[in-house]
Amino acid sequence: MVMFIPTTPSFSVICGPFRFLLLFLAAFGLTPRATQAQENPYIVAYDSNLEEPGSLEVEYFSTFGTQRSAPGFHSFWTEFEYGATAWWTTEFYLDAQTTWGGEGTLFTGFRWENRFRPLKNEHFINPVIYIEYENVNDADKILKEVEGHDVEADYAVPNAIARKEQNHELELKLILSKNYKGWNFTENTLFVKNLANEPWEFGYALGASRPLTMKGASHRCNFCPQHFIAGVEMYGGLGDVHSFGLHDTSHYLGAGLAWNLPSGWTFRAEPTFGLNDQSHQFLFRWGISYEFSEFAETVASLFKGHRE
Amino acid sequence: MKVHSLRVAYGILFVSLALASGAQNKNDGKEHESVYAELDKAPAKYQQMRNPMAHDPEAPAAGGVLFAEHCESCHGKEAMGGKKAPSLRAPEVQNSTPGAIFWILSNGVVRKKMPVWSKLPEPERWQLVSYIQSLNGGSKVSETGKK
Repeated sequence: MVMFIPTTPSFSVICGPFRFLLLFLAAFGLTPRATQAQENPYIVAYDSNLEEPGSLEVEYFSTFGTQRSAPGFHSFWTEFEYGATAWWTTEFYLDAQTTWGGEGTLFTGFRWENRFRPLKNEHFINPVIYIEYENVNDADKILKEVEGHDVEADYAVPNAIARKEQNHELELKLILSKNYKGWNFTENTLFVKNLANEPWEFGYALGASRPLTMKGASHRCNFCPQHFIAGVEMYGGLGDVHSFGLHDTSHYLGAGLAWNLPSGWTFRAEPTFGLNDQSHQFLFRWGISYEFSEFAETVASLFKGHRE
Repeated sequence: MKVHSLRVAYGILFVSLALASGAQNKNDGKEHESVYAELDKAPAKYQQMRNPMAHDPEAPAAGGVLFAEHCESCHGKEAMGGKKAPSLRAPEVQNSTPGAIFWILSNGVVRKKMPVWSKLPEPERWQLVSYIQSLNGGSKVSETGKK
């Protein structure tokens, strides 16, 4: 078991993501200009809005979960979301979790996702293609998506056992999203393939959100209603290719609020409720993020990439 | 196994950082010109649109706040132009119809780095149009048409 105890040999392994994060923030935190994000409150569902080109959003998310047949847990992950172009966003995740009851804290893996906007202009519905590679072990509990026959009991396996099973997964999503009169509506269809010769699994996520007001204020303010976006999302599994449907699947409904500060910070919170007996009864999810708008220029200068 | 996974993770992250510096191509005048040319591609339906905020005296100020929050990092302070995006005080923009500017805001020019801003509610996009058209003494701008 890997613990967060400085005297264990695993300390450097576990602290890696956080040590890097500290270095990262020290290197970039004070230099590039920040810009206000306009993030929807979704934690699981994706919309068609991509990161602005050259901007980097550093995000920390956390989920507290209750489990009926095992101790509760706190899973957390860091995301680095970069706008490579106006039609391509790439994102890198580092996942970890703590399970109460003395099971300890451990790094559970990484993910690399890419989102592509195939169409040039806005349409009635805007598709985005999502492709992700995951290298996570069975102890991963970030519940960033629910797929196949994922149920609450799967997360009750003790960390010492679950962490030994390493998964290499390819995850594809078709994101269909619509911005209409200030509302955002989104639907994600999820296709997941464990590369260890397991069947394709399926899932879904739905979301709707809206700012508290439609017009911007004529003065800069942190608490103006335009900076708050409220929303709901629902997500769950749809079985696999051998057993498609709702049988032995879990489903969740969450109500969230995002607060996009003009300084570039965004806070999100979402209490989430399981909708059937196979789901965790309650999850509390929250996140904090900061957007660096001139990240590409800063990196270019570090690599002496100034070109005339 | 854990150490190996983390090394792979770091490797991907650092390669991504290096690519990040190269992914942003330099912006030159020709690219700016081609972005301006996109304004003429706005469909007639948009070209004829009225700015519903045209009579709102607070719209340019509100648009200015939105501009500082979302656009200034690329288009520069007071829309004078920046490394990544052109000046919005150029005649190509200032002589465009409000609807054409609204259309560009809503659709972006995603192949030329201008993101889609449909995530902003329509009234906020129109406030941005009011601000942009007020930059060069926009009092002469009519509700629907050119100066």
